[in-house]
Amino acid sequence: MSTQSLRWWSWIHKWSSLVCTVFMLLLCLTGLPLIYHHEIGHLLGNDVEAPALAPELASNPPKANLDEVIASAKALYPNKIMMYMSQELDEPAIWNVTLGDHPNDEHYKPIAVDARTAKVITEPAFEGGAFMSTMLRLHVDMFAGLPGMLFLGFMGLLLIVAIISGVVLYAPFMRKLDFGTVRHERSTRLKWLDMHNLLGIVTLVWALVVGATGVINTLADVLLKVWQATEIAAMIEPYKDAKPLVQMAPVDAAVKTAVAAEPGMQVGFIAFPGTPFATPHHYGVYMHGDQAFSSRLYKPVLIDAGNGTITDRRELPWYLTALLVSQPLHFGDYGGGWMQFLWAVLDVATIIVLGSGLYLWLKRGRRAKADAKKEKAASGMQPVLVRSGEQA
Amino acid sequence: MSSPFMKLWGMPILLGILTLVGLLSALFGDGIWDALSAVTLGVPVAVGAWFSLRRKPG
Repeated sequence: MSTQSLRWWSWIHKWSSLVCTVFMLLLCLTGLPLIYHHEIGHLLGNDVEAPALAPELASNPPKANLDEVIASAKALYPNKIMMYMSQELDEPAIWNVTLGDHPNDEHYKPIAVDARTAKVITEPAFEGGAFMSTMLRLHVDMFAGLPGMLFLGFMGLLLIVAIISGVVLYAPFMRKLDFGTVRHERSTRLKWLDMHNLLGIVTLVWALVVGATGVINTLADVLLKVWQATEIAAMIEPYKDAKPLVQMAPVDAAVKTAVAAEPGMQVGFIAFPGTPFATPHHYGVYMHGDQAFSSRLYKPVLIDAGNGTITDRRELPWYLTALLVSQPLHFGDYGGGWMQFLWAVLDVATIIVLGSGLYLWLKRGRRAKADAKKEKAASGMQPVLVRSGEQA
Repeated sequence: MSSPFMKLWGMPILLGILTLVGLLSALFGDGIWDALSAVTLGVPVAVGAWFSLRRKPG
């Protein structure tokens, strides 16, 4: 590599990482508890468990009518309206219901209802409790909404630039060294330079994937808006002049209609009229598969909330599929306990890469400053002509 | 690992491929696929830990 291009790549690596490092440290630190959010929720006593059924029912658990499930939840908050109800594949005994003052209420009330008896189980802590909620908000948007989210997405792009330029710089630094060399004995700076190179190259692909999928996730709201403005708008074209809904069709029958239309699929969640996943006149019933990969992909069935018939159903567009597939790759929640553990270790390794990078820059900054001081002191004693000659 | 290119990049390429296999296998299946993922993703982590923590004699 020529000196010129080495200087150019160093410049890119320095500035792309300097700008994003503080935010990446924040994301790595807040991301660590998020990897274990289920376990932490369990420790804090915030997880929801369905009560045991009477023995005569347990062998063949009943399925409660969805309208009764909704009625139980609404009895707690008679003035609020339904936003969503969802079900985890591995917990079919619980419906997670959310109620709000309006369809986009950010301070919604989560309620867990028994899917077999339609009895309220509990009101789970909002976003897993104060601690987890703070971690999540800091991680997703730093409490700054969509602008915060997009800002973090841009920082993620800089991280990708920093990683790629880092790989380019790996070659000149490591050419004369064996893989994994860490020179402990020379100087602290050299030791951390070697550690930075080693952990940087070891975490390379993981950091690229988690970084890139994180960036895709920051676009979630924007992609959803695009989808609403294009495909959903097309699906509800016939409802352009429809009057606001007065009476809503039973949800249970509507969902049964959707299930019958998509054999082999399960209900993932139901979006109620007015929410971003539905329309003012429709229930959005989101079906998904039950296998490792197919459970990540949703197929929306739009049901007319006035008469309970299917208005339209279609595959998600490629960009929403990309978003849904990118989510597990960011969260590390799809491979069991070992994957969670490795995710946490790789996260810590990334913190060390970021920290050592910062340290190396501070050290270099100090050395450069000392050099500049020396130069200044020296130049003060030299005639002007000599100085300009040096610079040329 | 004889050529200078492979001496420099052999290990990073190998670890990169293992990471990719680890990330993808768990996505497309459960059970044995999760186990494959744990092993292949575990290798880069183990290599990183080994070289960070070891001290060369002398």
